Amino acid sequence: MSRSPVSDGGLRERILQETGVNTARCYQCGKCSAGCPMAAETRWRPHDVMRMVNTGAVGPLQDDPSIWLCLACETCASRCPNGCDPARVIDALRERFAREAPGGVPRPVAAFHRAFLDQVRRHGRSFELGMVMEYKLRTGALTEDALSAPGLLARGKLSLTPSRISGIGEVRRIFDACTGSAGTGAGGTGAGGDDR
Amino acid sequence: MRTGYFPGCSLHGTAREFDESLRAVAGAIGAPLAEIDDWNCCGASSAHVVGQRLAVALPARNLALAEAQGVEQVLAPCAACYNRLAKARRVIEEDEALRREMPELLGRPFGNRVAVRNILEFLTDALPVIEARLVHAFGGLPLACYYGCLLVRPASVTSAEDPEHPTAMEQIARACGAAPVTWHMGLECCGGSLSVSRTGSVIRLGRAILEDARKAGAEALLVACPMCHSNLDFRQRAMTRDGRPPIPVLYVTELVGLALGIEPRRLGLDRHFVSPAPLLARRGQAPAGGRH
Ligand code: SF4
Ligand code: SF4
Repeated sequence: MSRSPVSDGGLRERILQETGVNTARCYQCGKCSAGCPMAAETRWRPHDVMRMVNTGAVGPLQDDPSIWLCLACETCASRCPNGCDPARVIDALRERFAREAPGGVPRPVAAFHRAFLDQVRRHGRSFELGMVMEYKLRTGALTEDALSAPGLLARGKLSLTPSRISGIGEVRRIFDACTGSAGTGAGGTGAGGDDR
Repeated sequence: MRTGYFPGCSLHGTAREFDESLRAVAGAIGAPLAEIDDWNCCGASSAHVVGQRLAVALPARNLALAEAQGVEQVLAPCAACYNRLAKARRVIEEDEALRREMPELLGRPFGNRVAVRNILEFLTDALPVIEARLVHAFGGLPLACYYGCLLVRPASVTSAEDPEHPTAMEQIARACGAAPVTWHMGLECCGGSLSVSRTGSVIRLGRAILEDARKAGAEALLVACPMCHSNLDFRQRAMTRDGRPPIPVLYVTELVGLALGIEPRRLGLDRHFVSPAPLLARRGQAPAGGRH
């Protein structure tokens, strides 16, 4: 039978409901973290995340970029001997944190997702040049080489104009229904909702 | 069986040569592709950060379009699109409430009836035809088959025969006369989703992949994912320590196209950053020229 976590009543149960992942099955063997490609750069690794969810003490995850660096490569999920899925749990936490404390999302990460989804909402497809320009504006990384446009242009890999689909209205309705923020762009990636 | 074609954003942009080589190969093996009309972006690595519903609904619209177009399966050559489409299909299959909600959310009829296939499945099905029409086999070219993440993981989505030891790409390479090497990094992540926002991580991960391929004696990398390709080709210079020879990164469709005798330019081989021309000349395939 489940025991109530200390600092967040029922986080584990809510994660179970949301994701179908029973974190209580985790026995902290660390196999997930051993294969995690980002473990070399993160303070909290997938097995730490599982433990924190089980104890309900996820505060440290909110004060650190670790979970935002997860690549969703699913290596952890495919190697866990207990069928746990740390990647899915991390996704659920990101969704929750972005909603509750958007300030904690590392700026470049939030800016990238935001810029990407804005293009999709606007055109129905990603428009790389527009995405990179928006990303640079959002991060202030004006000199940084996000994508070398001249090299891509010379190879015919970069279009200068977006291609807008004719069902763009459908796509926007999907965005509105799923982000619950009609008319506020992609929203929800945690960059703050007031800058559009 | 009629196959719908979902190119996705990358194949219309930075991965144009994947689209060009696929179309050329499909034509050569007599498997015409019908592009899904008015398809939209699958949401790639961003929609699921916002929420699962968006990550499911964006791909689902494409599945609904495919259904309306009367195809039974959709080919999504981009590994990321494939993963998103296949995952959406499965999530909807398992969640009855979501399934009932879909037609209203999409504003379209939706029966979740269309199967989603990746490029390796498509080429594996075509192997007998490819073998029969081979005109330019690679004489034992040592290749590192690089799967990355999205073609194999999670197994519940990809239906990979063995997510820790897939062999489909090796079989295709062998059919073209190449000799896949044994190496360690074939299933590691290239860092795709952080490519723009944290390039340093991508350089670190890519360098390890390239070094291991070199150590195993590979003369080229074989990939089936636009994100892997752009990381390992476009950013290779930053990943390579002084003096190491560059290592071309080929799409699996480019390899098959060459083996079928299709002109390198029609396969988009002149669009790469690391030119495959020296390798092709060395291996008796026509040089690709370049746009450098
Ligand atoms: S591999 Fe599974 S059981 Fe082991 S620590 Fe990670 S989540 Fe827990
Ligand atoms: S999915 Fe995320 S946590 Fe899991 S192994 Fe990959 S990067 Fe690490």
